[in-house]
Amino acid sequence: MSSTATTIEQAVPPKAGPRAFAKRLRDGDEIAHLITLLFAASILLITSLLVYELWVNSKQSRAAFGWGFFTKVVWDPISGDFGAAPFIYGTLVTAVVSLAIALPLGLAAAIFLAELAPRQLSDGIAFLIDLLAAVPSVIYGLLGIFIVVPLMRTTVGPLLIHTVGNVPGIGKFFKGPNYGVGFLTAGVVLAIMIVPFIISVSREVLLTVPREQREAALGLGATRWEATWKVVVPWARTGIMGSVFLALARALGETMAVTMVIGNDPKIAASLFAPGYTIAAVIANEFSEATGDLYLAALIELGLVLFLMTFILNGLARILIVATERGGGHPS
Amino acid sequence: MLLNAAGATFPYPIYSKWFDVYHTAHSNIQINYQSIGSGGGIRQLQGGTVDFGASDMPLTDEQIAGFKVKILHFPTVLGAVVPTYNVSGVSTDLNFTQKALAGIYLGTITKWNDPEIAKANPGAKLPGDDIVVVHRSEGSGTSFIWTDFLSKVSDDWKNKVGKGASVNWPVGLGGKGNEGVTGLVKQTPGSIGYVELIYALQNNIPFGKVQNAAGKFVKADLAGVTAAAAGAANAMPDDFRVSITNSPGAAAYPISSFTWLLIPSQISDPAKRDAIKGFLTWMLADGQGYNEGLSYAKLPKPVVDKEKKAIAMIQ
Repeated sequence: MSSTATTIEQAVPPKAGPRAFAKRLRDGDEIAHLITLLFAASILLITSLLVYELWVNSKQSRAAFGWGFFTKVVWDPISGDFGAAPFIYGTLVTAVVSLAIALPLGLAAAIFLAELAPRQLSDGIAFLIDLLAAVPSVIYGLLGIFIVVPLMRTTVGPLLIHTVGNVPGIGKFFKGPNYGVGFLTAGVVLAIMIVPFIISVSREVLLTVPREQREAALGLGATRWEATWKVVVPWARTGIMGSVFLALARALGETMAVTMVIGNDPKIAASLFAPGYTIAAVIANEFSEATGDLYLAALIELGLVLFLMTFILNGLARILIVATERGGGHPS
Repeated sequence: MLLNAAGATFPYPIYSKWFDVYHTAHSNIQINYQSIGSGGGIRQLQGGTVDFGASDMPLTDEQIAGFKVKILHFPTVLGAVVPTYNVSGVSTDLNFTQKALAGIYLGTITKWNDPEIAKANPGAKLPGDDIVVVHRSEGSGTSFIWTDFLSKVSDDWKNKVGKGASVNWPVGLGGKGNEGVTGLVKQTPGSIGYVELIYALQNNIPFGKVQNAAGKFVKADLAGVTAAAAGAANAMPDDFRVSITNSPGAAAYPISSFTWLLIPSQISDPAKRDAIKGFLTWMLADGQGYNEGLSYAKLPKPVVDKEKKAIAMIQ
């Protein structure tokens, strides 16, 4: 052993020294290492710069309102009284509604495309889905204004009010005046926007599940659906969760399409038909005409709040993934 | 010589026309205008990143205090805001009293057949539908003019809401831009909104008459807007920071406003100073001739004369 070790030591140049570094540079390893490290570090740098800027520029608002900023429901630029509660509420409600619609829809579509559809059909549809994911959000906003809003006002809204609206308990979410714009409409438009993300990523993940997993399940006498639902989907769970949180991130940060259909009224209402407002939408709407330092600081603090919300939700997502992995599935 | 300017979006079409025509006549002077909104224009002027700004609302005393140099206001064109609505069974122009508009936007008038609306419209068959109020969602000079008018005609509005580019609206839905408000009003039965006159004229959007300070119901047009400015010209302060909503005069349209260029009173670069002064002089003379082609109202003559004198204050 000792002789081999000596030969290797002779073959490997001394670790320290400029010459050795130069050689490694020539080999390219060190260059690749440095460049990739730099790029990875830039993410950290951008994130910390972002937080720093938001923190520093929101100073005046943080000093004026303190923690009360999170719970206050007033947004009055004239008297200089600002609270984030209606915007936090609107952002969460629209995101939840959109996920409630998009998750089952997207997952079912992904399962069909990955497991059941003929490969050619699946690839063709996957191409179209990727196209949908690239459509600019203002186009979805227009779709919302011209198709979803009238549909909600004349058909879907009245239908829900007369059916689900009478159910005790959840009925209160489906009551009240129905203008066509509001939380539900924004959630529906968001769902249309994020469903391509869920389908596209989930399908790819499902396709990577090893063939042996399916064959083993089928060999044990499982039906095709049992093999899919009890073996393949749990195996791909982590990746599917990933697609959902990519979709959630887009839903939380979406501005244009939401502001076009949500009604832009900073109020907290139980009814999903009521108009509301989201953080991203109010920043986009009011930033350019915001006069006065406190007003500007309050808008920037809203940005900080949105960042915090994304941070917390992402953290929860990680915890969820870890927790569900204990129940079996892909040991990644 | 390149001049940079930024600010209001409302006068952007006429400004870009002016800057283009002026550049053709004076090929050495080019003015680059970014229509980023009045608030952004004021901030950029404060930061010194632009040579002059543009705003749909005059600077407040507090804002003026934030500047190192004195900022001069130069009115350039006039705009107006009109009420547009969608009421089933009503095809004629509706008359709106000042009380009615304030009550509707405060949320105290909630039905179309409210006596305050009905008494001004004896011929119209007003339904008992709920009124759906629509306002602008984003901060805008249009909202400033609208809320400035409501503040003048209603003490309740003045005390509870106030005037500004964005306010805490007591009721209603927010639509983004003139097109967003128009879209919501067209789609929603029983709705009322407000849009810029120029937008309504160019897109053939029907709009109602508004009662002016003399008690007359006036349908907005360019002459009525200029009349409103003329009505206020006598009382024009030397710094041109004046609101002309609810201006006196039987022909005056009450929801009108100037839009301003914000020019620093001290410009150290003599070439820049001369270029800006040259442009202002041209804008007040030949420039005004382009207004009506683009549906902007002309400045009345007394205002133009007063502004010509004010140009000398730029040093």
